[in-house]
Amino acid sequence: MTTQTEEAGMPADTASPKDDDPGRTNRSERLSALAQQHGALVTLVIAMAVASLSFDTFLTGDNLENMALSSAFLAVVALGMTFVIITGGIDLSVGSLFALGGVLAAWGSQYGTVVALLLPLAVCGLIGLVNGVLIAHVRLAPFIVTLAAMLGARGILLAITDEGSKTYLVDKDSFFATLGQGSLLGIGVPVWITVALFVLGAVVLRGTRFGQYVYAVGGNEDAGALMGAPVARTKISVYTLSGLCAGLAGALNAAWLVSGVTILGSGMELEAISAVVIGGTLLSGGFGFISGSLVGVLLLKVIQNVINQIGSLDSAYQQVVSGAFLAVVVVAQTWLGRRRRVL
Amino acid sequence: MTELALSRGSLDRDRLLRLLQDYGVYAGVLVLLLFNFAFTPHFVSTENFRTQAVQVAPVLIVALGMALAIGTEGVDLSVGSVMALATSLLSLYLGYGPWIAALTAVIGGIVVGVANGALIAFVGVQPIVATLALMVAGRGLALVLLPQLKDVRDPGLASLGSGDVLGVPYLVLIAAVLAVLVAFVMRRTTFGRQVLAIGDSRPAARLAGLPVRRVLIVVYVCSGALAAIAGVLATARLTASDPTSLGNLMELSAITAVVVGGTPLTGGRVRIGGTVAGAVLIQLLTTTLIKHDLPPSWTQIAQAVVIVLAVYAARERGRR
Repeated sequence: MTTQTEEAGMPADTASPKDDDPGRTNRSERLSALAQQHGALVTLVIAMAVASLSFDTFLTGDNLENMALSSAFLAVVALGMTFVIITGGIDLSVGSLFALGGVLAAWGSQYGTVVALLLPLAVCGLIGLVNGVLIAHVRLAPFIVTLAAMLGARGILLAITDEGSKTYLVDKDSFFATLGQGSLLGIGVPVWITVALFVLGAVVLRGTRFGQYVYAVGGNEDAGALMGAPVARTKISVYTLSGLCAGLAGALNAAWLVSGVTILGSGMELEAISAVVIGGTLLSGGFGFISGSLVGVLLLKVIQNVINQIGSLDSAYQQVVSGAFLAVVVVAQTWLGRRRRVL
Repeated sequence: MTELALSRGSLDRDRLLRLLQDYGVYAGVLVLLLFNFAFTPHFVSTENFRTQAVQVAPVLIVALGMALAIGTEGVDLSVGSVMALATSLLSLYLGYGPWIAALTAVIGGIVVGVANGALIAFVGVQPIVATLALMVAGRGLALVLLPQLKDVRDPGLASLGSGDVLGVPYLVLIAAVLAVLVAFVMRRTTFGRQVLAIGDSRPAARLAGLPVRRVLIVVYVCSGALAAIAGVLATARLTASDPTSLGNLMELSAITAVVVGGTPLTGGRVRIGGTVAGAVLIQLLTTTLIKHDLPPSWTQIAQAVVIVLAVYAARERGRR
């Protein structure tokens, strides 16, 4: 709701006379598109280069592996979030769903791997579906619906864990635990799963009709509907997808920790949104890409890792840096986006 | 009001919905009060009402600022972090006396508000993203300034937190004065009209020559300052500064109070009375569930349902 009106209000006050020159606008448009697509990647490379020059411990196998593993779970959540944000929506429930998925998986693991995976997917997917229906058919604001789902899912989590006092454990020798703890060719299984999901996500978004609908709904809902995009179905699908991703990430995380920790996931929605936005996806919808979100997640984790390496710095600095970084990216995006939109 | 609706024909669905939206929150408060009078032991006591009122005061103050932001079709997610920042600044500057410290805390809130407002009004960032950035950074800054919980021992602040006038706690009094002030500003001043005009349609407001950017910045400054005041009051009541947990999820409680009070998220309309009642309703709901030994999980689920119902009711008006 908010996003669209913001959008509509933009062009009038941003058109500046110098953008009338067609040759110049064309070039600057291409440049800003490049900056928007690859800015995060360039920053990531620079950050990693600086970090590896400054700290001997940064570019070691152990450290990189740790970073990859801790990125994997957030990345899966950010993957679903990217679809939602491209449709111009937002999903605040993912942090709660991540925690709920973990607890359900840990509880379900006593009945085998299939239950441990399917139960969180079913429950979190269902909550995502309800979000989608409320947003698409009842036409409530995504922000408030998913906010309610965030509270509701956290409530369900507390209800099934004795008000958060009970932690379900995963059998260390079960196949489910190897999904989190095992490794293949020296790289952790969750990292492989994450990479596979991102490839799949990119193919779906770029190469399928559903992907086109996602962009169409986010670009202009009414125009999308007139062109025959099934707006309601697309919206329901992306919120369901986001719920599934959050539930799966939670389940993998529980397999990694071999327990369903109840206090996880608070603030994760903000991290995921930050990662997606840093990756170049516009919160106003209609523009974005999957690979950017992965870069955004990695960038956040590198910042976190560097601040941990400095040691003398309190981990609170990480939040200050992440927040400031988000602000800078958003300002840059808005500025670049303006020039693009003037055309 | 109900009689009026009945005389015009109770089947008039639009009218009923409108009544529900306008007065539903008051009816909700009344129902919960009656329920508690009848079924909750020890509910009717001055002490209990005092506790309830003191607990609701900080949420209410934050919700007033949130109502202004939502009125301009925005939102301020940074309020919880501003409360944490305020409590950090307060205990850092307490050495200069409680008044200077409180003033510093409020100035901190104003600075965050200016940053929010500048991002939104001048750069054109969506309110939800701009205030999200300040939310993350603000909490971090609060923790950098004051890494862990610290006792606040100051007689002046202690009396602010637990003192009263004629049995009415200072906290409640301050919240009431601020609510009346904000209601007056929204109803009777040019600024209030400008806020609503911007919320209705920003392009139209700009074309009509309103100082859109200035008004937006003032709105977010007010929201920041009110959140900082709430932070100071909460610190005074707890006699401790806890930047890790103070104000956590406050943005959600405040948004809930505003939305339940009948202010539409689409802007252009602000109901201060409804916001007050909304904050009271959430507080009563939580109390009722707790006093009847229902676990916190139920409270959260109930709150989720109330939010969805309130937005559903508000939606009907938006569509007509």
